[in-house]
Amino acid sequence: MNKQVELKNKRIIASKHVKLGEKNRMGQTYTDINDIFYNSEQTPNFMTGSEVIREAIKRASVGTSVAYPITPQSEAAALIGEIYAEGYLDEYFRGESEFAVMGQCAGASFGGHRVFTTTAGPGTLRAMENFPMWAGSRLPIQVCVTCRGINSPLSIQPDTLEMHYLLETGMLVWHAETAQDLYDFILKGFIVAEQPDVHVPIAVCCDGFFVTHTKDTVDLSPLDKCLTPYDPYRNPQPVMDMETAPIRMMRDPFVMKSNYISYATHASWQQEIKAAVERSRKHTIPLLDGLIDEENIDREILIVGSGTAVSQSREAIRLLEAEGIKVGLVKIKTIRPFPYEEIRQATKNAKHIFVPEFNVAGWLAREIKANIPDNERVYVGPHVAGGMTMPSEVIVEEIKKHLGMEVASRGTLG
Amino acid sequence: MSHYEVKPGPEAFLPPAAASMGNVLPDPGEAHIGGKIVPEEEAYDKAARMILGAKVPTIFPGPLVLWKWTDHVAEKAKAIRELAIEAPMRIIPMADYRPKYPKIEAAVEINPNHPNLTIWHNKIDVCIFIGVHCHMANLSLKIIRGGTSCYTIAMCAMSGHEDACLSFRDADLAMIEKLKATIKKLKSEGVESQAIPFTQFKMSRSGPIVPA
Repeated sequence: MNKQVELKNKRIIASKHVKLGEKNRMGQTYTDINDIFYNSEQTPNFMTGSEVIREAIKRASVGTSVAYPITPQSEAAALIGEIYAEGYLDEYFRGESEFAVMGQCAGASFGGHRVFTTTAGPGTLRAMENFPMWAGSRLPIQVCVTCRGINSPLSIQPDTLEMHYLLETGMLVWHAETAQDLYDFILKGFIVAEQPDVHVPIAVCCDGFFVTHTKDTVDLSPLDKCLTPYDPYRNPQPVMDMETAPIRMMRDPFVMKSNYISYATHASWQQEIKAAVERSRKHTIPLLDGLIDEENIDREILIVGSGTAVSQSREAIRLLEAEGIKVGLVKIKTIRPFPYEEIRQATKNAKHIFVPEFNVAGWLAREIKANIPDNERVYVGPHVAGGMTMPSEVIVEEIKKHLGMEVASRGTLG
Repeated sequence: MSHYEVKPGPEAFLPPAAASMGNVLPDPGEAHIGGKIVPEEEAYDKAARMILGAKVPTIFPGPLVLWKWTDHVAEKAKAIRELAIEAPMRIIPMADYRPKYPKIEAAVEINPNHPNLTIWHNKIDVCIFIGVHCHMANLSLKIIRGGTSCYTIAMCAMSGHEDACLSFRDADLAMIEKLKATIKKLKSEGVESQAIPFTQFKMSRSGPIVPA
C-alpha cells in the first residue's frame, strides 16, 4: 500500500513564515526548524522528562496551553504554568476536566493559536471524544500523552494501553523512547502536524514515569531560537464556527440528514483525514531520520518495539550477545502513520520477530502481524502491564524459551 | 513506488484517497499528472491541452478567490477570469461549502458535498479547482473521481492534491497567467478549443441573471 518516501536531502521544506528572523517578546528569534536542529549547537542538560517538556514548550511558540492534573503529566503541566508566568505563552489555564480541556484546546486552535496540552491514562480516555473531533476539524493541536494504566483498580504506573485507543482517531501518534526523543518529537511534531497537507492533531506519547520522572542527558537547542508561529492561513479548511458561511455545516441539514449524499461526504471526509496522516510521512521522514531506526536487521532474530520497550530490548540484546545469540532491533518512532513498508523491508530476512510491550493487549504486535508476510514469525510478547517493569532478563528468557533454548530456573517454593 | 494512477472515473462506489494508495505530493517546482511527479512545465502543457480538448471545460473558483480578503486575491481573481475568457471556459463558483438542501442549482453552483451533481448536469468533462480550501477540494475530488468521467485539475496555492488527475502546487498569480499563456501559445500553433459555445451566466443576490 504505502510507498516508502525517499530521503531526498534530509530537510523538510523550509518555512516561509513572514515572522522568520523576527524576535518575540522573550527576545527569541523565530527560526526555521532545520536551523534549530541542524545548524545550531545542541547543549547537553541533565533533567527529567517533565522538565524536558517545559524546555521544548519554551522554544515552541505555543499560544495556548490548558492544564488538568493527572499523574504522571501533572508536573509537566505545572511547569508549563511557570513558563506562562515568565511570558513564554499567551494563554494558560486549568480546565474543569480532561474532556473540557480538549474542548478548550479546540476553541483556542479554531481561533488560530498553536495549542499544547498534556494528559495521561484515564484522562486520555475521558477526553477521547475530542480527538476524532480535532482530527475531523483539521486542528493541529499537540497533546503529550504520558502513558499510564487506565483500568480499575487504578494504576498510576506506566502502561501503553491508552495508545491503542488513539490509533484510529485520525491523529498522528508518535512514541518517544527517551527524554531526548520527547524533546525532539514535541518541537518537530508541531511542524509536521501544521503542514497544510497534513494539518491534523498529534499525540506525542511517552511511557509515564520511565521517561517523565527519571533524569537523562538531553541535548537542547539554543533558548534564543524558537519555532516560527502557527500560521492559521495555511489551514486546509476554514474555521468551522457552526454559524457562518462558508462552513456552517453543523447547523445545516447535513450531519443530521440520513441520505446517501451525507454518507458519501462523511466517507470522503474520513478518507481525507487518513490521507492527511499518510501525507505526514514526507515531512516526518527527514525530520526524524525515518519512521523507524534499524540495528543489525540482517539477523535471524529481531526485536521490534516502541517506547521504553526499545531501551529494555537494547539491554536484552547485549545480554544475549554475551551468550553468543545475535539479535537485531527495529525501533518504531511513529505509530500513526504506521511504517508498513519500512517494517516489511526491515523484517524480510528475520525468522523470529519478538514484540515486547508494556500493555496487556499486544496492539503493536497485532499491527505488525497484520502487515508483514509469513506472520507466524511474530511472537506476541513478552508483555507486562499495569505498571510492571520489563526486566531485560525477561525479554532474554522469552526469546530463549521460544527458540527452545535452556532457561535459567526461577526457583521453586518449599 | 506507488502504482495507483489517478485518472477520470467513474472509478468506484467509494474510491480510495490517492495518498492512502502511496501517492506523494510534488515538491516546489514540480506538479503531478495522474499521480506521477513531473516538472511543472510538463503540467502546464498537459493542462492546457486537456482544457482545449474539452467540450465543457469549467473553472470552479472557491471562497479563497471569490472574496477579496487580500489585494493579491483580487489580482488572482482577475487572472482567473482572463484565463476563462482565453480558453474559453465556463465559471461555476463554489461560493461556500454548505450542502445545498433540498436541491442544488446545478447550472450555476457547485458544492463539495455533492460536486457530481453539477458535473453531471452540465456535462463538464474537464475542470479546474482554484481557491478551494484543500480539505474541501480533496473531499470533492474523490467524489468526482468516484462517480463522473471528469478530468480534474487543481491549481492549489498550498501543497497540491493527489486526488486530482493533475495538480500544481504553490499556484500564485504568475502560475495562473502562465497557464493562460500556454493555452494562448497552443492556440497560436493551431490547437483549437473544442468547447461547445456558451454564454457565461451572471449572478445577482437573488439568483442567476439569465443571459440576454
